[in-house]
Amino acid sequence: MMDELTFRRIQTRRRFFRDAAGGIGTIALANLLAQDGRAAAVTNPLAPRKPHFPGKAKNIIFLFMEGGPSQLDLFDPKPELEKWDGKALPESLTKNLQLAFIKPTAAVLASRRQFRKYGQSGIEISDYLPHLATVADDITVIRSMHSEAFNHHPGQLMLFAGTLQVGRPSLGAWVLYGLGSESQNLPGFVVLSSGAGTSGGESNFSSGFLPSTYGGTMFRGSGDPILYLSNPEGVSRESQRASLDALRDLNQEHLAKTGDREIASRIDAYELAFRMQMAAPELLDFSKESKATLEMYGVEKEPTRPYATNCLLARRLVERGVRCVMLMHASWDDHTNIDKKLKKNCDITDQPVAALLKDLKQRGMLDETLVVWGGEFGRTPMCEIRNPSEADNAGRDHHPVAFSMWMAGGGIKPGQIVGRTDELCFHIDEDPVHIHDLQATILNRLGLDHTRLTYNYMGRDFRLTDVSGNVVAKLLA
Amino acid sequence: MKFRYAAGLICSVFIAPFLATFAAAGADNSPSVDFVRDVQPIFQRRCAACHGPAQHLAGLRLDDRESASRVIQPGRSGDSRLIQMVTGASGKIMPPVGAKLSDDQVAILSRWIDQGAKWPASSAPQHWAWQPISRPKAAEVRNSSWAANDIDRFVLARLEREKISPSPEADRATLLRRASLDLIGLPPTPQEIEAFLSDTRPDAWARQVDRLLASPHFGERWARAWLDMAHYADSDGFEKDLVRPWAWRYRDWVIDAYNRDLPYDRFVTLQIAGDELPSATTEDRIATGFYRQTMTNREAGVDQREARFDQLVDRVGATGTVFLGITVRCSQCHDHKYDPIKQRDFYRLLAYFNAADEADIDAPLPGETGSYLRARPDYEKRRAALLDEYGVAELQSQWETDMRRAMDEPGKQLDWDFQITEIRAGFDHADRIMRTPQEKRTEAERRRLTERFLHSPGPRFGADKTIAAKIKEARDKLDELDRSFPALSMAYVMEDRSDFGTAHIALRGDWKSPGEAVTPGTPGFLPGGNAKSNTRLDLARWILSEENPLTARVAVNRIWQELFGRGIVATSDDFGTQGDRPTHPELLDWLATEYRRLGWSNKALIREIAMSRTYRQSSATRPGLDKIDPENRLLARQSRVRLSAELIRDSALQASGLLDTDVGGPSIKPYQPDGVAELGYGALKKWTESPGREKYRRGLYIHYQRTTPYPFLVNFDEPDSTLSCTRRKTSDTALQSLDLLNDPVFFEAAGALASRIATEASGDFSARLTYAYELGLGRAPSEKEIARLASYFDAQSGIRAKDAKAIDPWVGVSRILMNLDEFITRE
Repeated sequence: MMDELTFRRIQTRRRFFRDAAGGIGTIALANLLAQDGRAAAVTNPLAPRKPHFPGKAKNIIFLFMEGGPSQLDLFDPKPELEKWDGKALPESLTKNLQLAFIKPTAAVLASRRQFRKYGQSGIEISDYLPHLATVADDITVIRSMHSEAFNHHPGQLMLFAGTLQVGRPSLGAWVLYGLGSESQNLPGFVVLSSGAGTSGGESNFSSGFLPSTYGGTMFRGSGDPILYLSNPEGVSRESQRASLDALRDLNQEHLAKTGDREIASRIDAYELAFRMQMAAPELLDFSKESKATLEMYGVEKEPTRPYATNCLLARRLVERGVRCVMLMHASWDDHTNIDKKLKKNCDITDQPVAALLKDLKQRGMLDETLVVWGGEFGRTPMCEIRNPSEADNAGRDHHPVAFSMWMAGGGIKPGQIVGRTDELCFHIDEDPVHIHDLQATILNRLGLDHTRLTYNYMGRDFRLTDVSGNVVAKLLA
Repeated sequence: MKFRYAAGLICSVFIAPFLATFAAAGADNSPSVDFVRDVQPIFQRRCAACHGPAQHLAGLRLDDRESASRVIQPGRSGDSRLIQMVTGASGKIMPPVGAKLSDDQVAILSRWIDQGAKWPASSAPQHWAWQPISRPKAAEVRNSSWAANDIDRFVLARLEREKISPSPEADRATLLRRASLDLIGLPPTPQEIEAFLSDTRPDAWARQVDRLLASPHFGERWARAWLDMAHYADSDGFEKDLVRPWAWRYRDWVIDAYNRDLPYDRFVTLQIAGDELPSATTEDRIATGFYRQTMTNREAGVDQREARFDQLVDRVGATGTVFLGITVRCSQCHDHKYDPIKQRDFYRLLAYFNAADEADIDAPLPGETGSYLRARPDYEKRRAALLDEYGVAELQSQWETDMRRAMDEPGKQLDWDFQITEIRAGFDHADRIMRTPQEKRTEAERRRLTERFLHSPGPRFGADKTIAAKIKEARDKLDELDRSFPALSMAYVMEDRSDFGTAHIALRGDWKSPGEAVTPGTPGFLPGGNAKSNTRLDLARWILSEENPLTARVAVNRIWQELFGRGIVATSDDFGTQGDRPTHPELLDWLATEYRRLGWSNKALIREIAMSRTYRQSSATRPGLDKIDPENRLLARQSRVRLSAELIRDSALQASGLLDTDVGGPSIKPYQPDGVAELGYGALKKWTESPGREKYRRGLYIHYQRTTPYPFLVNFDEPDSTLSCTRRKTSDTALQSLDLLNDPVFFEAAGALASRIATEASGDFSARLTYAYELGLGRAPSEKEIARLASYFDAQSGIRAKDAKAIDPWVGVSRILMNLDEFITRE
């Protein structure tokens, strides 16, 4: 579609036909443009762009559960494991298995969780997720996810950049590059974080080799939601506006002198910055949300408060036209003490996640918002014990071979389970869904063909799904 | 739309008129088309992926005359299937992906067929960049009085062909700011500007250029561009992202190399193989730090073979991109789809590096060795006594026995398995060192292992509270002892080691599928590959050999790029068939030969370019010119170039008088808001602001933590340091605006600039503002600008009259000044 040089060209001519709200530089350049005759070619890199084909979803909210939540204890019950509990599996099953910490001879750990079927669809969900259980009919669980990386950072790179290598664009950046953003007052790709930092860090939402315009903007948990959003002390809104007016006039003066269109785009960037300063407080102001809504998310109580705040923010961002929102919650990397640690994360996230789905649905937004839940891999049926002297500290190692994720809304057929793992959740028996397939499906729901969403870099066309990936038909509504 | 679109544009605007005017007319009076020059590039770029060496879909190859004849009817373009396919006349259209061929491209193909479809005897690709470099004769120009040197003659000849006149020279103030930013990366001071403006000597300009070239800041400016290519960082990357406290030693080496004008051939040789030189000095070895910028994954559980393979791949990729301008990385998994780089070529290059290992060496700074050696006997005595007192040798020996057993019997003891996983990821060469008998280990290995043991003594001692406490006590005392004695600085280098075995081709790029064994060797499609070649030093010699067509071209192109904002080959990282073609091929070759003639001297070549009229032109666009040449490929003017992140910071600190001009040394940490560093793994990273004036040092010294880089650098397009970057992207974003407006670092600079205006300038508003403009922009303000800022000044004064906490209007003016597009642009 585009490459660096083309992008540069667009940047130099960008934003001449911005909506009325923007484009101070627009007016200044109207003449230049008319002479130029190239007006039609002008594009703002973040302006909404036509998808490849009409998409079902307009926005995406990715609920990233960093570290690898245990599918065995949440979505994929395996009663058969009871028989093996505490025993090693036969070598025939484990011989090609690559593991991060434990050995293939490690003993099996049956789940201590209770599973029940919920809703009309009868999707099985563990007792750790009682709130999600109430919206079981709105989600589709994929039990047959698989990835290639068995360490965190590579796993996260695979999930978000479609490769084990660092430096490639992330899913959110690709989507923004493909579709632009509806919002002219907020960044098009927003990242919200709770819990600890992630192994992948910036690479999970980086623009990679795409122009940095497409990278995710991290909203911060404390202080300014966007870095340097607040004016320094002593600079009121009035004072900021006076500065920006002078800045604009001086920049415009210089534009006339040099004829460099970059200056027009710089002027617009300052205006967008100001609009962000105005829009962000409104975005973060929950006072107009009803009490019922706040309660439904759990915004005003622990331990849900931080994640609930992010979930509610996610809805408000999407509502305001932000294309991609990614929520990162770390960490689900439960090598030890899985029963306790998993419960803690579920207690933090379960209610807000379910509330987000209900809220989107009741506002009629779920149809055009794709919600994805999952981590970079799952966890082993075998147990991991790091310190044998402490009782009850069993956890599970990384398991990229077969794990679960779920999707909802945005053109996903709800209320079903896709894929099947074997009796021990060791391998996939039916309908394997590779990370690349997931990515292809996500892009497809947004109206993007993953084979056509490409960018030329260092002499070749790159895409999110590298050279593979198939849209998963069973997931489509 | 792709480069192809760009190519189409050039064809229509530039090449087509060129053909029309200057090429010999064919029989039918239409301009003559040359296969190699005009047709083959279209085939290579748009068709070769499916109808080239790698794939021959529908049995068609457009790199093969015989095969191609199936779709070509010489003399009859209308009947030729090729034309029917690319125009869509046959119902289907080729190429099926990407943009259609442009009208001009189709016209070239049609004319070529109508003119008889002449195909040269050798159908081997004749890509320009693989051809030998010869020194072109200076071009003939009509307006010979304009040209100051041969560079100008090449540029002017091209402009005259297009009937475009060059731009007038920029005014002196602009010129000095341009050269200052380009050569040393700092804006000029008002005194420097004044000196230049009043210098009436005929060689005034040359004197300024020479002054800048001699500045110790020259090395800082040019080192940063090189560090982008080395993909320098101060941490490992990946999950753990451990800090590399001595990474700066390599950075200092690069700065120093530029400052003393180390010839490029020597510069390259030392970085590739400084350690292999007979009697290599410590400095020579530090140069190999170029290859220590690869990331290291210390996540427990990482497969060490895979990690090393990834590092080798990175080293080969960097070698190709940086020294040769070719995308060898594309051949990791298969033969290159567009360029004649075989997969085997990739692994033969990899074989040079397969024998090289990472080493962390003592690299004392001046003055360290004496006190270190003097204190050594006392230190050794105390250390031995301490280890003895706590019986460390015995405990460690028991631990090693446990560890070796766990290595031999994986899966038997889970807690020991975890220890092994951890030590392998976190402690380089764990297996080898632990299996080497105590007396055969090097001194450094012995010390590291003892340190490791004391910090992670394993489950056996961990379970026994008394012993655990004893070990901790020993560790604390040893740490204390280390702190109280002088230590030697270190450096990260490469050195040869024999135990890596033979390199193999990795089938489909997968290290787990070794194919044929390969020996070191250079790519077959480039000349000089037959000589016996085994070591990295051999590789360096080949790269720098006279017959290598790429090295000098690639190097001078980057120098040009730094001085014009764009290379003669715009894709400075790709000289292959997918890259851009040179806008001035003869100039490029002339510069390449000139570089060698000047003894590979950067300063001499930069001086020649800076002396040219081409460089000194105004960067303003002219009516009409913008229409013909919006990207300024023809160089009928200079370009306005947005400053890099580092230089924006440096300019603000320089203008405000805050800048600490010390050259070299460890990385620094300026103010960073809470919560940024904590986004890294486990929120364990902390950012402790540098004390004193250190935090006002130049941008290139800012600590680069790979997973949580300094936000200002990210905002202003600093590359992410994962791969070699030869040209930065530049973007305009609202986050940049917020950063310059509100980042405390910049707000502090605005305040400092305001106090300079208050204390160093006198007189009325316009006199003070003039001083502010000279500090910030290196020029005086216009009447209009004075009037506009006076009106702002009044407004802010009014705000302040009502609100005592409001900022001083001069702080406001300074803040505006440092946010101007002009402030962050070199004109």
